[in-house]
Amino acid sequence: MSTQAMSARAVIPPSPGTVERVRNAVSDALVITWRNLLTIRRLPQLLVFATIQPLLFVLMFRYVFGGAIQVPGVDYVNYLMPGIFAQTVAFGAINTGVGLAEDRGKGLIERLRSLPMARSAVLAGRTTADLTRNVLVVGLMLAVGFAVGFRVQTDVFKLALGIVVLLAFGFALSWVFALIGLSVANAESAQAASFPIMLPLVFASSAFVSTTTMPDWLTPFAEHQPVTAAVDAVRALVLGGPWGTEVLTTLAWSAGIVAVFAPLAIRRYRLG
Amino acid sequence: MSAIEATGLTKRFGTVQALAGVDLSAAEGTVLGVLGPNGAGKTTAVRILCTILQADEGSAFVAGVDVARHPQRVRELIGLAGQYAAVDENLTGRENLRMVGMLTHMGRRAARTRAAELLERFELTDAGDRPARTYSGGMRRRLDLAAALVHRPPVLFLDEPTTGLDPSSRTGLWGVVEDLVADGTTVLLTTQYLEEADRLADRVVVIDRGSVIAQGTPGELKRTLGATIIEFTIPEPAEAARARSALAAVPGTVDGEDGLVRLAVTDGGAALMDAVRALDAAGVRPAAAAVREPTLDDVFLALTGHAVETPAEEVAA
Ligand SMILES: Nc1ncnc2c1ncn2[C@@H]1O[C@H](COP(=O)(O)OP(=O)(O)OP(=O)(O)O)[C@@H](O)[C@H]1O
Ligand SMILES: [Mg+2]
Repeated sequence: MSTQAMSARAVIPPSPGTVERVRNAVSDALVITWRNLLTIRRLPQLLVFATIQPLLFVLMFRYVFGGAIQVPGVDYVNYLMPGIFAQTVAFGAINTGVGLAEDRGKGLIERLRSLPMARSAVLAGRTTADLTRNVLVVGLMLAVGFAVGFRVQTDVFKLALGIVVLLAFGFALSWVFALIGLSVANAESAQAASFPIMLPLVFASSAFVSTTTMPDWLTPFAEHQPVTAAVDAVRALVLGGPWGTEVLTTLAWSAGIVAVFAPLAIRRYRLG
Repeated sequence: MSAIEATGLTKRFGTVQALAGVDLSAAEGTVLGVLGPNGAGKTTAVRILCTILQADEGSAFVAGVDVARHPQRVRELIGLAGQYAAVDENLTGRENLRMVGMLTHMGRRAARTRAAELLERFELTDAGDRPARTYSGGMRRRLDLAAALVHRPPVLFLDEPTTGLDPSSRTGLWGVVEDLVADGTTVLLTTQYLEEADRLADRVVVIDRGSVIAQGTPGELKRTLGATIIEFTIPEPAEAARARSALAAVPGTVDGEDGLVRLAVTDGGAALMDAVRALDAAGVRPAAAAVREPTLDDVFLALTGHAVETPAEEVAA
């Protein structure tokens, strides 16, 4: 072995500075986002499956249960659709965990963990791609809503604000399921572990019926949980009435969820 | 300088002691072969050296960098092709390689060029724009290896790189490894095949149940055992015993179990003639006879006195 070869090999790359680290973290997250979006483009059926469930809920609540549900002063379809939008992003967040568990099962995360990329990138890239997917799915659900008679009672700007709030909320929930997806054995377990968390949040909320119709023991939970906050915010924005507090509450929930779960998920990723 | 230097690595998973104090060392530009049966701890050792897993005890340096203290720097210097091809099935081969290029911060254009270069080198150019989901097992393996080489790492870890490859792909991959080593790359390669270690490795470490049980050059290892194995099938125990004592006169080591008499020798041809004559003189007529190269099983038998055992959980997996 020549001394020249030795010195050439012994070069230890210098630690990058903070600016470069941040730039790499952003660029790595974008690469992973690109990769996840390519997957959606290659497998468009994922998008179709993601809309089937909320679509069935629209049909069921609009035409089967809708007649039996009375909400004073509002057309039920207008009451329902904000709930459906929130349900869509909430259940959509489960995909974050399922996708991560799948990547882990295939050994892909192992390969990524051996690369000199930012530790946050796999998770940030996944949640960002899922956010993009949510934009598409919520767009589709909006179209479905219009088709079954949903009409915005306020204006298009408030509707847009409502959608932005929902997307932020969905993004936050993604981090919860990222943690779950990295903690369980496989994609099926990720799915199985996520539903028991998501179902009570979605159904014991104001998504489909008013919380005042629920039993006394359930009302405190139903009225003070994040899905209700998100539904109320969107509902206020599209049906009219005061909406500031509702929107702020939802954003506060979202920020809080990210602040708690993003570090936990990234720590879980680091540990392997 | 050692490109890989590990001392006293231990790792426990619950009640399983996967590594019980393993030392590994590879000089720059050489190939270190790590041999061992299922569950020996090979993959665990590789994962520790690749910064994927933290050792409970012990220290490890790759290209002079401490894996526990500066894992991110180590990652700049290593390439890993894990035991199971870790390619993204929904991306094309080209996209897989570009992704790794981008994630190692080589820049968009360089990543694109490098991807094309590697597809060419691994004969994947024609399949390069198809989703990897449509690749055969061998193509996936090649793509996986190509992905490990994207950023031209000076130290390469290959975990059972040829398991599941057909003979011609296997030979092809050996050629690639030899080229890399000729260019100065250091390679740690795990395998279950003595033949592979023999062909590629400068030094071999044999591990079993988390401990190193032998090491040396492939030649030294085989010499502890003999270069050729001659096996006679003799079902009748009394006759087998007679055969064993007759064969003791032939230079080499005799062992065997139920119905099998095994002779490990250094000069196959002459020893075979001697053995046949000895058996004939003793009036033994074997039901069958075989002459073969020693396998990992034989090395194990010779080193440990027990055959390669496959833990039940591994079989199920
Ligand atoms: N993540 C883990 N959790 C629990 N046990 C583990 C884990 N990884 C490895 N083990 C156990 O540690 C031991 C060593 O495993 P390892 O994968 O290192 O073996 P190996 O030599 O690579 O085997 P093979 O030839 O089958 O790949 C085995 O008993 C295995 O079951
Ligand atoms: Mg292994």
